[in-house]
Amino acid sequence: MKKKLLLIVFMFCLLTGCHGSKQNSTFEIPDEFDESEKIEITFWAKNDTNVTQSRIYEKAASDFNILYPNVKVNIRLYTDYGKIYNDVITNISTGTTPNVCITYPDHIATYLTGNGTVVDISALMKDEKYGLGGSELKFDGPTESEIVPSFLNECRIGENYYALPFMRSTEACYINKTYVEAMGYEIPDILTWDFIWEVSEAATAKDADGNYLVNGQKTMIPFIYKSTDNMMISMLKQLNAGYSDDSGNILIFNDTTKEILRAVAKHAGSYAFSTFKISSYPGNFLNAGQCLFAIDSTAGASWMGSKAPLSDISEDKIVDFETIVRSIPQYDTAHPQMISQGPSVCIFNKQDPQVVLASWLFAQFLLTNETQIAYSETEGYIPVTTKAGDSAEYQEYLAGCGSDNDLHYDVKIRAAEMLMANKENTFVTPVFNGSASLRDAAGQLIENTAKAARRKQTVDDKFFDAMFDDMVSLYHLDQISATTGNSGDLGPLPGPAKALIVALIIAWIGIIGFNLKDIIKKRKAQKQ
Amino acid sequence: MKKILVLLLALVMVMSLAACGKKDDDKNDNKNETTPAVEDKIDFSKSEGVMTYAQYDAANVDDPVTVETFVQDKQSWWDNKATIYTQDNEGAYFIYEMQCSEADYAKLVKGQKIRVKGFKADFQGEKEIADATFEILDGNYVAPATDVTNLLGTDDLVKYQNRYAEFKGMTVAASKDADGNDVAFLYKWNGSGEDGDDLYFNVELNGSVYTFTVESYLCGKDTEVYKAVKELKVGDKVDLTGYLYWYDTVNPHIISVTAAK
Repeated sequence: MKKKLLLIVFMFCLLTGCHGSKQNSTFEIPDEFDESEKIEITFWAKNDTNVTQSRIYEKAASDFNILYPNVKVNIRLYTDYGKIYNDVITNISTGTTPNVCITYPDHIATYLTGNGTVVDISALMKDEKYGLGGSELKFDGPTESEIVPSFLNECRIGENYYALPFMRSTEACYINKTYVEAMGYEIPDILTWDFIWEVSEAATAKDADGNYLVNGQKTMIPFIYKSTDNMMISMLKQLNAGYSDDSGNILIFNDTTKEILRAVAKHAGSYAFSTFKISSYPGNFLNAGQCLFAIDSTAGASWMGSKAPLSDISEDKIVDFETIVRSIPQYDTAHPQMISQGPSVCIFNKQDPQVVLASWLFAQFLLTNETQIAYSETEGYIPVTTKAGDSAEYQEYLAGCGSDNDLHYDVKIRAAEMLMANKENTFVTPVFNGSASLRDAAGQLIENTAKAARRKQTVDDKFFDAMFDDMVSLYHLDQISATTGNSGDLGPLPGPAKALIVALIIAWIGIIGFNLKDIIKKRKAQKQ
Repeated sequence: MKKILVLLLALVMVMSLAACGKKDDDKNDNKNETTPAVEDKIDFSKSEGVMTYAQYDAANVDDPVTVETFVQDKQSWWDNKATIYTQDNEGAYFIYEMQCSEADYAKLVKGQKIRVKGFKADFQGEKEIADATFEILDGNYVAPATDVTNLLGTDDLVKYQNRYAEFKGMTVAASKDADGNDVAFLYKWNGSGEDGDDLYFNVELNGSVYTFTVESYLCGKDTEVYKAVKELKVGDKVDLTGYLYWYDTVNPHIISVTAAK
């Protein structure tokens, strides 16, 4: 009895010692969803500091609970993709990932380095009962063919799907039409980089008192780009230059990149151009009449323009002007290209397949028309399903463009329409473990160059070469190929872990020896 | 033998528990260090090549700047970057994401003198030193709070930007939550946040309303000030201290709130 007790204690020790590194086995779809099992799932959701979006998530969770009373969805709200990413990474190591999580495919690629973390949903999507449009679903979700193929394709890593698209946006150029036209320029339907640079430089002209001629104020930053990683990526794509490939090869450090950075240096140095990180939100300057071209996500359209329903500056600073929306500037107007972005949703593997299935059902539920339409109306997002996009309800929403400055705020709807008109002109970058770091580096190249030019430092080939080296080192870009798809060498075991293993081995030897001795004793006794 | 085995198992159990122990992450513990006593004789002289506050103030955005200043508070450390509030006897300097190891961050105790080299920057009206490096110097100074109550609403207030300041006899004014209800404070600027996020609240003086903030990295949800602001009621008369931060307009980062005396 005592020996058995000792053995139990020992096994307990083994289990507790290993709980943090426990791996989930590969998920297998249950035959039936067990609605008698009480399940709680956590959903890490991202909103754009927008209360309506938070409420849509909450409503989705509560509506889902009505359909599946055994499943409770707990929501944790984030306003920053980076914070979700960091928290997921932290929680992978402790086995406490959420069940459902808003994410970017770049991030999933990193999550996948932890074995069995993110569920490969390829089979789930096609499951007859619980897959997309499945026979046992209690809601009217989309079939696979009703998800915009290019958006769904963005969730594929290698041959498998690891997420569902949730919302899609792109970047837009929000323009102070009043001021640009007052300067004598006509705004083309498709902007070019040459046009943007030319008008921006012209807008830096000041009077004798140091006031900018275009607005009569002491402040004017003609062109501000919010996301400089997107800026670099889009410019390279438009120029058909290297960024990276599907194998994770880093191609960004090339002559075209240097050419782009020379342009950045020229216009940052003259203060015609700046970035969010250097100056603040483009919308703040646009709305104050201190910026002509503000490039930000279509998901930020509600903040753009003098009649915007959301604002980050005091009302007395907002000036009156007409805002128009265009796609980002292009090098080749015949073949416009812009980034596809926006949240996707992935599910994490757990020990209980019923929990994973519940997570999958909720992830699908986010693609129902009600959630898709409601969420897309909060900003310049578009639904990821044709089922929602083509619905009478959504079309009615679009038709109401400009009828008020809230739900039907014209800039917001124009931004969404711009993306809809350009669905075929969007692109994404290759996803691999490390692609998120490469993205950061792409933006940092522009930030560093802009700052150096503003600080009157010499920006030349030597500067670029040194900066390229810094980026490789800072973002570990020289280690990406080696780590893609692998957990990597975690280094030697720490001392306490080694001691623990030695103690475990000795204990096992002791137990085995003790039992052997006992068996021998018994056999001897039996013989006698 | 049994005794040995039991002892061995006990050892394994202890080690297993130790293996489960979570490393305490104090990144968000924003409790200020013990305040050292203000020294009687503080050397405010500047080394060669170091700017006076007036020279710093006159410098253009993007100019290189070098200042010698004293740490008053620490906002955050992340990815080898520290954001801190500093001040000398002439003025205050907000240092944004200064290069700093975690070990060095621990040395930046309240009052510690440092030399900072960086570039002057302007983020939405907030003057700061960016891309900075620093070195620890001998010296210690804890700035007293400057009463700027009477400067609120005047053009002179910005001259005190980033200083440790106090505001007396302010009245808590209503903010509108997402449903249009009058509330005493909001999580995030528009009420879209949750417990642990920045707190925003309005205070009124002489008919003008100002938005104050409990910056959650500076004073997290377990701090006294965070808890105290959550207890505020519209109409409460309060005294406040904090750093005279700027975002488009004055937006102090509050570190204490008490009932008005």
